[in-house]
Amino acid sequence: MQWETVIGLEIHVQLATKTKIFSGASTAFGAEPNTQACAVDLGLPGILPVVNEEAINMAIKFGLGIDAEINKVNVFERKNYFYPDLPKGYQTTQLEKPIVGAGHVDITLADGSTKSIRIHHAHLEEDAGKSLHEDFHGMSGIDLNRAGTPLIEIVTEPDIRSSEEAVAFAKKLHSIVTTLGICDGEMSQGSMRFDVNVSVRPKGQEELGTRTETKNLNSFKFMEAAIHKEVERQIDVLEDGGKITQETRLYNGDTGEARSMRSKEEANDYRYFPCPDLLPVVIDDSRLEKLKADMPEMPDAKKARFIANFGLNDYDAEILSGDQATAHYFEASVAVSQDAKLSANWVMGELSRSLNQSSIGISASPVTAEMLGGLIQRIKDNTISGKIAKEVFEALWNGEGTSADDVIEKKGLKQVTDTGAIETMIDEVLAANAQQVDNYRAAPEDKRGKMIGFFVGKCMQASKGKANPGMVNQILKQKLDG
Amino acid sequence: MYQKTIAEQSQALASGEISSVELTQSYLDRIKQLDGDINSFITVTEELALSQAKAADERRASGNADAMTGIPVAHKDLFCTDGVKTSCGSKMLDNFIAPYESTVTSKFKDAGAVMLGKTNMDEFAMGSSNENSHYGPVKNPWDKAAIPGGSSGGSAAAVAARLAAGATGTDTGGSIRQPASHCGITGIKPTYGRVSRYGMIAYASSLDQAGPMTRTAEDAAIMLNTMAGFDERDSTCLNREVPDYTATLNDSLEGLTIGLPTEYFASGLDSDVEQQIRNAIAEYEKLGAKVKEVSLPNAKLCIPAYYVIAPAEASSNLSRFDGVRFGYRCEDPKDLMDLYIRSRSEGFGEEVKRRIIVGTYALSAGFYDAYYRKAQQIRRLIRDDFLNAFKECDVIMGPNAPTSAFDIGSLNNDPVAMYLSDIYTLSVNLAGLPGMSIPAGMANNRPVGLQVIGQHFDEARLLNIGHRFQQATDWHTLTPALV
Repeated sequence: MQWETVIGLEIHVQLATKTKIFSGASTAFGAEPNTQACAVDLGLPGILPVVNEEAINMAIKFGLGIDAEINKVNVFERKNYFYPDLPKGYQTTQLEKPIVGAGHVDITLADGSTKSIRIHHAHLEEDAGKSLHEDFHGMSGIDLNRAGTPLIEIVTEPDIRSSEEAVAFAKKLHSIVTTLGICDGEMSQGSMRFDVNVSVRPKGQEELGTRTETKNLNSFKFMEAAIHKEVERQIDVLEDGGKITQETRLYNGDTGEARSMRSKEEANDYRYFPCPDLLPVVIDDSRLEKLKADMPEMPDAKKARFIANFGLNDYDAEILSGDQATAHYFEASVAVSQDAKLSANWVMGELSRSLNQSSIGISASPVTAEMLGGLIQRIKDNTISGKIAKEVFEALWNGEGTSADDVIEKKGLKQVTDTGAIETMIDEVLAANAQQVDNYRAAPEDKRGKMIGFFVGKCMQASKGKANPGMVNQILKQKLDG
Repeated sequence: MYQKTIAEQSQALASGEISSVELTQSYLDRIKQLDGDINSFITVTEELALSQAKAADERRASGNADAMTGIPVAHKDLFCTDGVKTSCGSKMLDNFIAPYESTVTSKFKDAGAVMLGKTNMDEFAMGSSNENSHYGPVKNPWDKAAIPGGSSGGSAAAVAARLAAGATGTDTGGSIRQPASHCGITGIKPTYGRVSRYGMIAYASSLDQAGPMTRTAEDAAIMLNTMAGFDERDSTCLNREVPDYTATLNDSLEGLTIGLPTEYFASGLDSDVEQQIRNAIAEYEKLGAKVKEVSLPNAKLCIPAYYVIAPAEASSNLSRFDGVRFGYRCEDPKDLMDLYIRSRSEGFGEEVKRRIIVGTYALSAGFYDAYYRKAQQIRRLIRDDFLNAFKECDVIMGPNAPTSAFDIGSLNNDPVAMYLSDIYTLSVNLAGLPGMSIPAGMANNRPVGLQVIGQHFDEARLLNIGHRFQQATDWHTLTPALV
């Protein structure tokens, strides 16, 4: 039987506010346990929440960024359940009246076509703390630093049909929130966490299959793998005549194992009701207009501009407009290099490789956009060859110079373009390899093209790569072919 | 001096007739002498009080005194006080010392008032008789067989027995007005949002409001001047100017229209209580007021609405008492579930558990629309009733409770009968209105209070109405025999 996969996502995005959603405690990542939890975050008696207006602004920006309706009156509710890392015994969240209504995120599929994924809504809520299960001799530790960190939870419609689409969507969402500057996008620190709802149904069937939810995936890779695994499992179960049970599942990205966490029957009754400590959030038109005026260029618009203004192809434009930092780097390097295509190649090639190897973000790159732009200029004006350029790049990466010119100067890498000097060098190479010269001249015309590579290699070696390869080729041909 | 009002004591302190240290000491002595029996205090902060009194005397000497500077007061034991136990009348918080100060108590601190201690109360402010306290019931100073009312029973009894010049209370469904009525003192519940709830341990957040409990309306005005005002730490606190509540106390009542709700004088009201209320209203007519019958057609629905909304909020507000971070924790928990279940079962009293169960039920999936949502709809109807009535009158008057104080133990096995005794006070909280109780007579040898309900933010008018009555009558000067 042919199966169709149906996927809906719920994404928790940590907002990049300085302080928590209902308290003045810092949201910085990585502090000693419980050093960033104040009376509000500890849920002490009598202490009241006060909403962080910056978190509201960020949620509104998200709504504007996905073409969504902003609910001008939205309401915080309490989701009640007991858990040690939930200090108040309830999570303050939104249910009936979320801040962001229906919107959409458009993704580019493998065949280049565009697909619109509908967003059901997005709501504001507070993050919980963390339970620490190691080193406490049979007890658990609680770290409430994360408790109260502002989140938006984004809920999609079940519009996604494959793990590839899910990843494309996730990357696009990452790009939107980082472009808006409302999230640092640091997936490894839990800044974006994905819950995937997966079901399968026979192709052509209207009715949705029973779904499972796999929670808390914090990398694109894990999400893709978890979806694959779950789709396979569901198809296996159904083809064996079994039934899918509605349940919450966990996926361990390190071991690749998945298991059931709890069934629907074991689910909590959260007893939502409007939080009486917080008034409804009322957003007036002037606030909305001000935020609209402050909106940055969104990835889709940026991509279109990159294609129109820089002549990039769709693929390159998609990648380079993908996140704010990359787009900014790219544009800054073009400003210096005056060559969008070369800048694009270098950013997506050498630079991206080096960043990946060292696991650092583009904004922390030791080779700045200005350095890269300067380097490309020297390629264009024939000061250096493409090969030497890689050497210069590496030197800049290792901090061996302040600019391409500086490295070229210090290392004497300037390309040799003097015809006389190149001729002299070629003569020496030909003299030292007389046998090969004879062989070449004896060979038929159609074999010579390949054989000339040997001499080019020897010449470049002799010049330590500095000779202009085009000139070497041309002069060699003249001399050998006579 | 303990027989004098806050206004009089403030003058005596100003003239140098007495020092705050002497005044404070005299109250501390009285507490030692009388409170073993009345049980109005959970914690007496003797040392702190004397050091605050000394500081107040120095402040007064430097010419920097406020009306409350040096006045010894008591705080209901649900206002968190930095470094002093805040029990909320519960075993759950018997070991709880907050590392912060509530806005209300810090305002009194800033004004230079002296804190004598923390007063007894129904556990988590749930009760109408002060019998639901981990620290034992409070006795009514007028008759030790009687309840003082609740939940601010300790504050009411302390003021009535002259163990404090004034006290703070909180009122979620009548918890200031009803004990004030039963103990023959004055108490006002301000408009919801007038006084900050920050640092006040929540029972039902959308209904809780703090207010003063004093001998006279004038004293209540003095204390409310200190308590009221915007607080950015409480999102439900309203940013609205606070008038000087003492400035308008003597305004004329000529032309005042008093509304008497038909529903407040129907069956169920004790005839002796009714007589006292009617006498008080006749007194107002002598002062120039007109009386008009008004209707609050949904008045009866306040009991079911309140006993859904308040427990629902409470069930959530009290979830934080789980034995994990503070408060009572059971011995040797086997696992997490055991820790939760035993800490909460052992730490909470019967009435609190009853309301948590009721509230949890009302919010449960499948019941929410039938209970919580419906109750919120009724709440709006009740509010609309008042707003309609206020088109025809300036204030509404009636009883606080169907009877004068009942005997300790008499309603213990009948929680519903206890709930029904709140019928005249609950709707004021549901509508967010200010309400006041002033002494208006005696029934069955126990005090009867007149309830005066005002429009939103009309506290100054209520206090004016109370003060003019107290200028013309002397119910407020009656003193329990033990005093």
